[in-house]
Amino acid sequence: MFTTIPIIILLLPLLGFVLMIFFGKKLPRQGDWLSSGLISISLLLSIYLLINKVSSHSEEMISHSFTWVLIGSGSIEIGIAIDNLAAVMLVVVTLVSTLVHFFSMGYMKDDVRYSRYYAYLGLFSFSMLGIVITNNLLLMYAAWELVGISSYLLIGHWYEKKSASNAANKAFIVNRIGDFGMFIGIMILFFSYSTFTFEAIFSSINSGQLPFGSEQWLTAAGILIFCGAVGKSAQFPLHVWLPDAMEGPTPVSALIHAATMVAAGVYLVARVFPMLTSDALLVIAYIGAITSLIAATIAITQFDIKKVLAYSTISQLGYMIMALGVGAFTAGFMHLVTHAAFKAGLFLGAGSVIYAMHESLHKAKDHHTDAQDVRNMGGLKSKMPITYITFLVFTLAISGIPFTSGFLSKDEILAGTLAFSTMNGHWILPVIGFAVAAMTALYMFRLLILTFHGKPADESIISGIKESPKVMTVPLMVLAALSLFVFYSFNPLGAASGWFYAAIEQPMSVVPELIQPASAHVFHEAVENIHGMAMIISILMAGAGVLLAFAMYQWKKVNADKLAEHAGVLYKGAFNKWYFDEFYSKAFVGGTIILTKILRWFDENIIDGIVNGSAHITKIISSISGWIDNNVVDGLVNATANTADRAGGLLSKIQTGKVQVYLVYVVFSFLVLFILFL
Amino acid sequence: MEPSFLQWLADPGLSHFLILSAILFSLGIMAVLSKRNVIMVLMGVELILNSANINFIAFSRFTDLSLDGHMIGLFVIIVAAAEAAVALAIVLNAYKRFKTINLDDISMLKG
Repeated sequence: MFTTIPIIILLLPLLGFVLMIFFGKKLPRQGDWLSSGLISISLLLSIYLLINKVSSHSEEMISHSFTWVLIGSGSIEIGIAIDNLAAVMLVVVTLVSTLVHFFSMGYMKDDVRYSRYYAYLGLFSFSMLGIVITNNLLLMYAAWELVGISSYLLIGHWYEKKSASNAANKAFIVNRIGDFGMFIGIMILFFSYSTFTFEAIFSSINSGQLPFGSEQWLTAAGILIFCGAVGKSAQFPLHVWLPDAMEGPTPVSALIHAATMVAAGVYLVARVFPMLTSDALLVIAYIGAITSLIAATIAITQFDIKKVLAYSTISQLGYMIMALGVGAFTAGFMHLVTHAAFKAGLFLGAGSVIYAMHESLHKAKDHHTDAQDVRNMGGLKSKMPITYITFLVFTLAISGIPFTSGFLSKDEILAGTLAFSTMNGHWILPVIGFAVAAMTALYMFRLLILTFHGKPADESIISGIKESPKVMTVPLMVLAALSLFVFYSFNPLGAASGWFYAAIEQPMSVVPELIQPASAHVFHEAVENIHGMAMIISILMAGAGVLLAFAMYQWKKVNADKLAEHAGVLYKGAFNKWYFDEFYSKAFVGGTIILTKILRWFDENIIDGIVNGSAHITKIISSISGWIDNNVVDGLVNATANTADRAGGLLSKIQTGKVQVYLVYVVFSFLVLFILFL
Repeated sequence: MEPSFLQWLADPGLSHFLILSAILFSLGIMAVLSKRNVIMVLMGVELILNSANINFIAFSRFTDLSLDGHMIGLFVIIVAAAEAAVALAIVLNAYKRFKTINLDDISMLKG
């Protein structure tokens, strides 16, 4: 029975997708109730599954697999495997998806492709659940590409806008780069072990079989698979697509580009965690750290409400990746879950604000003011109380203020990085971690204050603002509730004693001992020792960030513009997103264009030259052989024919047709022969 | 006339018959080659056959072949009769076809 539930959870959104694509427009209300209903059933089943799984206190997996294809003597097995990790992830995905479905009923009202939008949401949910429940890399890769395509479709939902279709292309192409690395990694593993199944790969590695018999190859395979995560989770250097992906509808940003799909990379790293060597993990940790730092600095300087949240997402994903890299497995995954709740909430809150701004601007017949620019907002607090309060809760959570879910996970991550540095001296990781914690608090409160506090930028617009309808605010309230600590641990200051830590245990590493990361036990001890210190520092950093934000934007004690001027190059760099897009467009896009120009020149001159030249030579040769044919060969043939013709002409003269003439010949010839021979 | 020639004439031997046969043969050839009328040509052929017959008989009389020559002669006469029947039938058909029995006008095989 437990094996069928995950499959039902998986297939319900697919059913929704198929029905909506074919019949969506004909259904009443364009079928939004159908999609939402199906995903809600998935959610209920997922919760049921999670409760059963966690309360049974067994690490036993729900798994089922079968042989899919036979190749030569080998075979490819596919199937599902639900451990606690997957069970938690199932709930996260279906929960956020359900809330987004309901929220979209308000936000996407009167959209031109309303039913199509719900169909794509269903496709996305299906693919994302596919990533979660599969037990092998092959299906995961397939589902991985499916979320890629549904992300592409949803970013480009308003494809009439050039920027939206460009952003969709960019997201897809940049993801392909990471997926290419992941594919090579999967192929290395398949070549070495002839299987895609996680369990089988891990047990082979555990028994001492390494790819190509070398530890470096194992590290390489790990890093290559991580490349997939770099693409999907928007890690440095492939993070550039995520901010552009904000061109999609805001609920989509909440679902795909904040809570679930971008977390797929983190989930992937967690899935393959046992086979990652210490070197691979170190690379992962540094990539995460760099990402979180870069994204946080950019987030401080942006004015588009969704762009700030996008960079914040990248930064938080970097956090998770860094946590997994240093070995804080449970903390990293917990941050994924808590982040999914409060970041989805932040995006939906932003969606609510944008929706209200749009309505107001629409009524005022103002089509020039940017509805997403925080400089056009301000003072929305009294107009949209529910949105404001939920947004405040999310902001507190992401800033890591005690009593929120964010505090629990972030605190554990920071303690993890600190413990990691005490073990092997990579002190830069905790330094970045704490700095980013302060920056997170700063940019989030900056966003909150600029949007909701202070004086309205334009009274005429703000006065027209109304609170969003229930269908949009209720999901916000649900997510706000889930951003409190009680859902994860009853102790507001430590996650380690909660059910989450009991359910999600760090898996045993299977790599050879020499290149193994520190074991869970050693690591936990190190974390225990410095947890208190880490907590104090992290609260101080968060507090400092919040204070600075208030000082700069609420009380105006510190002039933000002057500060920016002082920062000079740093501010300019961050404001321009550290010129990644410019660099990529010059180096890669420009390079590709130059390369194609060179290739075109080569094509037109060298290849075409060779082709034309050989054609020319062929023409000459054929004209020579044609001349020979016409004159020599035909001449011989004609000469033979002419000779025969002339001989015939001559001989036909003696054929008079007169019998007596013939007889004369006979007699004459007889006489001649007679004279000659007798 | 020389007396020796007359003497030779009065005492007929093999050579006399051969000369007669040669004369007859030549006349037959002449008729076959020069006559325009198909019937006349056929008559020429008869002459040739009969000259051959004379040869057979003569050799049979003046050599020790006894009656073999006579037998061949009889055969030739029979074959000649058969040949004449066939030839006349052909002539009849040629006449039907060409409305003439003039050999110069029947020259369809002219090359």
